[in-house]
Amino acid sequence: ALGSTVLQNAQGFVEKFEGALGKGKGRKLYAFKVMMAKKLIKFNRDFENFKTACIPWERKIKEVESHFGSSVASYFIFLRWMYGLNLVLFGFMFGLVIIPEVLMGLPQGSIPRKTVPRDEQDTAMDFSVLSEFGGYFRYSVIFYGYYNNQNTIGFLKFRLPLSYFLVGIGIFGYSLMVVIRTMARNANEGGDGADESEFTFCWKLFTSWDYLIGNPETADNKYASITTSFKESIVDEQENQKDENIHLRRFLRVLANVLITCSLGGSGYLIYFVVKRSQDYAKMDSSQLSWYQKNEVEFVMSLLGLVCPPLFETIAELEDYHPRIALKWQLARIFALFLGNLYTFLFALIDDVNEKLEKEKVIKNETIWALNQYYANYTLYHNVTQNIPLPEIAPADVIRGPCWETEVGIEFVKLTVSDIEVTYLTILIGDFMRALIVRFLNYCWCWDLEAGFPSYGEFDISGNVLGLIFNQGMIWMGTFYAPGLMGINILRLVSSMYLQCWAVMSSNVPHERVFKASRSNNFYMGILLLVLFLSLMPVVYTMMTMSPSFDCGPFSGREKMYDVVIETIQNLPPFMANIFTYASNPGLIISIVLLMVLAIYYLNTVSKAYQKANMDLKRKIQMVHTTFEPRFMLRNTPLPFIMNQCLYYLWYIPPLYW
Amino acid sequence: MQIRLYRNCQVEQEGEVWFALVKFVSARNKDESNQRLCRTNRTNNTMGATASKLPKDQLSEYQELTFLTKQEILLAHKRFNELLEREDRQQIGGSRVPMNKILTLPELKSNPFRRRICQVFSTSDLRDGSLSFEDFLDLLSAFSDSATLEIKSHYAFRIFDFDDDGTLDTGDLEKLVNCLTGEMDNTRLTSEEMKQLINNILEESDIDKDGTVNLSEFQHVISRSPDFVSSFKIVL
Repeated sequence: ALGSTVLQNAQGFVEKFEGALGKGKGRKLYAFKVMMAKKLIKFNRDFENFKTACIPWERKIKEVESHFGSSVASYFIFLRWMYGLNLVLFGFMFGLVIIPEVLMGLPQGSIPRKTVPRDEQDTAMDFSVLSEFGGYFRYSVIFYGYYNNQNTIGFLKFRLPLSYFLVGIGIFGYSLMVVIRTMARNANEGGDGADESEFTFCWKLFTSWDYLIGNPETADNKYASITTSFKESIVDEQENQKDENIHLRRFLRVLANVLITCSLGGSGYLIYFVVKRSQDYAKMDSSQLSWYQKNEVEFVMSLLGLVCPPLFETIAELEDYHPRIALKWQLARIFALFLGNLYTFLFALIDDVNEKLEKEKVIKNETIWALNQYYANYTLYHNVTQNIPLPEIAPADVIRGPCWETEVGIEFVKLTVSDIEVTYLTILIGDFMRALIVRFLNYCWCWDLEAGFPSYGEFDISGNVLGLIFNQGMIWMGTFYAPGLMGINILRLVSSMYLQCWAVMSSNVPHERVFKASRSNNFYMGILLLVLFLSLMPVVYTMMTMSPSFDCGPFSGREKMYDVVIETIQNLPPFMANIFTYASNPGLIISIVLLMVLAIYYLNTVSKAYQKANMDLKRKIQMVHTTFEPRFMLRNTPLPFIMNQCLYYLWYIPPLYW
Repeated sequence: MQIRLYRNCQVEQEGEVWFALVKFVSARNKDESNQRLCRTNRTNNTMGATASKLPKDQLSEYQELTFLTKQEILLAHKRFNELLEREDRQQIGGSRVPMNKILTLPELKSNPFRRRICQVFSTSDLRDGSLSFEDFLDLLSAFSDSATLEIKSHYAFRIFDFDDDGTLDTGDLEKLVNCLTGEMDNTRLTSEEMKQLINNILEESDIDKDGTVNLSEFQHVISRSPDFVSSFKIVL
């Protein structure tokens, strides 16, 4: 073929003259460098091939893509990306925190924090207790309270408290880096911000067909949706000049927003009330409570998550927006709902934590009092006042503090597990059962179930993506207090991929209106970034302001959690400690912050200048559009030069007035 | 003359070629896969050797000339082999697959532009839309993930140009709309709607007002579209 001959010629030429390029003394070195460069290129290419072969679930996603088009498949691609991110985070947590404690730390049952207390021991293996993550689960590596506060453990002198703290911070740092890198990559590919209405018809004509479709049924659906979309745009264009009753529309929109704000407020209050009530329940005897009372919080939160979005959609009918704008409003409202719920939950939890800290002080006093009593008795008995040995109490009998961090961890784990259960039940009942009923009951039903109500379900892309993002937010918040939560999330993501792929292929139909939320790739990444920041804040707040429990976790005995870092810095060799001291000097930090602010301002100005240049070019093109037509039709008879120039200036002036 | 658009060539040493894992092609229906298996078994038994394997130097050459990875080229080789008659399998380089066989590929079967795609990528003198293996690789390369926007828009323009005259005039656009709206009568547009639609399109994209959309106007429109690159993809 033509291509290969050209390539062979080029290769031959380069090989022939390669050596001649490096003349004189440096020739051998040059040849060596060239050979290493070639080997590096080859290695890079092989590595790329290897990476492509390692990507999991490629076949599955391709099948979904050919049946449902690229928008549904984009959810699964997002799920796979999340799985990759969580795998790395799990690797950090597992390898740097859990494994060292298990291998090199003290075994279960040796110290109080690792032992089930005496009064809980007979119920510790009950399923009802384990399903609440009490009993043996509570005193295991899954939760914060298990970890010991020794500065170094094992023969490797592994600094576990420092590692725990750094991994906690590192998880957020790594996630931030990955999300921003992906956003930048998407922004590069997505093209600039072209006006959406600028090329509606052209885009509909040239870019609406999805070449990945391989299924005839999907293709038929796509034809129908393209036809509908053409007809709609033609009608839209004609109706653009129509005058609407603006005042009625505005009133309805204000009313809708008021209703929705009320329901958001109502749901926030409901959650606060329920969490407070659950704290009262926790003080009562657990055998007297029904299952509902024990799980009320998770139940209410999941219920709100299921009921409110359709409610918002119904209220949004009043607003009468264009479908794309209506979808954006709907997403924003669901976001506000989840956020409000999560933060109300957190505030209620923090109240609880403060209460526990108070209780801790009481217990600390009790312990000190008990110890003093013991010393007094001992002195009385043995007449010794110094070097009294510590009382020998079995670890299970020691008085224990409430350990608020483990409680917080348990709450997050319970929330995640209930979220998983609700999602799977919704898929099984809402999609699978519905499909079964429509399929088999259709034979003996009065109206056509498949065409009318309820018919088969469509895959709700935005709902699922938001659910995934918020689940990730909960994981980020909870991992610091429950290292095992990451492992649970990995299992959840893998099973979710298989279950949802199966459910989509067996019980869903392709969308009727194929909505191209195409640039929403960066939109969802933006929401993920926001959720990352919002979940970082509570963790950092608790790290910096709350004092750790005195008898559980890797930071017990310290004033604040970050003291472990300060202690480590102080133990470093003097010159490194000096560097850190200089680096944390307020003057230096303030100047660095000022520098960053200036850099942001400068980059902002540069980007605005580019935008302005863009607009100017667009305007020039528009001007050429509307230029005097005869000038182009009379191509063969050139106008006199001066007339040409005059025409140019004539048409330059109106755009300048713009 | 067929224009092959190369990506940037990086000359590398011919060393050991690492035959990566060939992707497992899941059969669309069992019969197909059984047939395929039977056929390959028979060829292996009678020819007894590497009749259907791609030689190493050709594989690395194809990697240079296209945007495809090694696995994709090997998979394309395998699928192309299955479309060939048994006698032609020895010289995969020279033989051509007729258009009606190419159109049985599941990836192209449901595509409204399948015939145009075959005609655009075919280098046959008879202009019958038959593809050789290199044409097939060209097709996959232009539709692959790593092909650039310029290449995709170039080929999209040629695919949409039904009469091959270098511009998209009213006739081309009409045929395009009819392809997209399907074969059924109830999905077609009426003639007024068609006229209105084509007017709107020309208004938006025809800059020099000559009544047709030429390549640069087309590329100008396409380069602004956010989902052209992601939808103009075919993966085996």
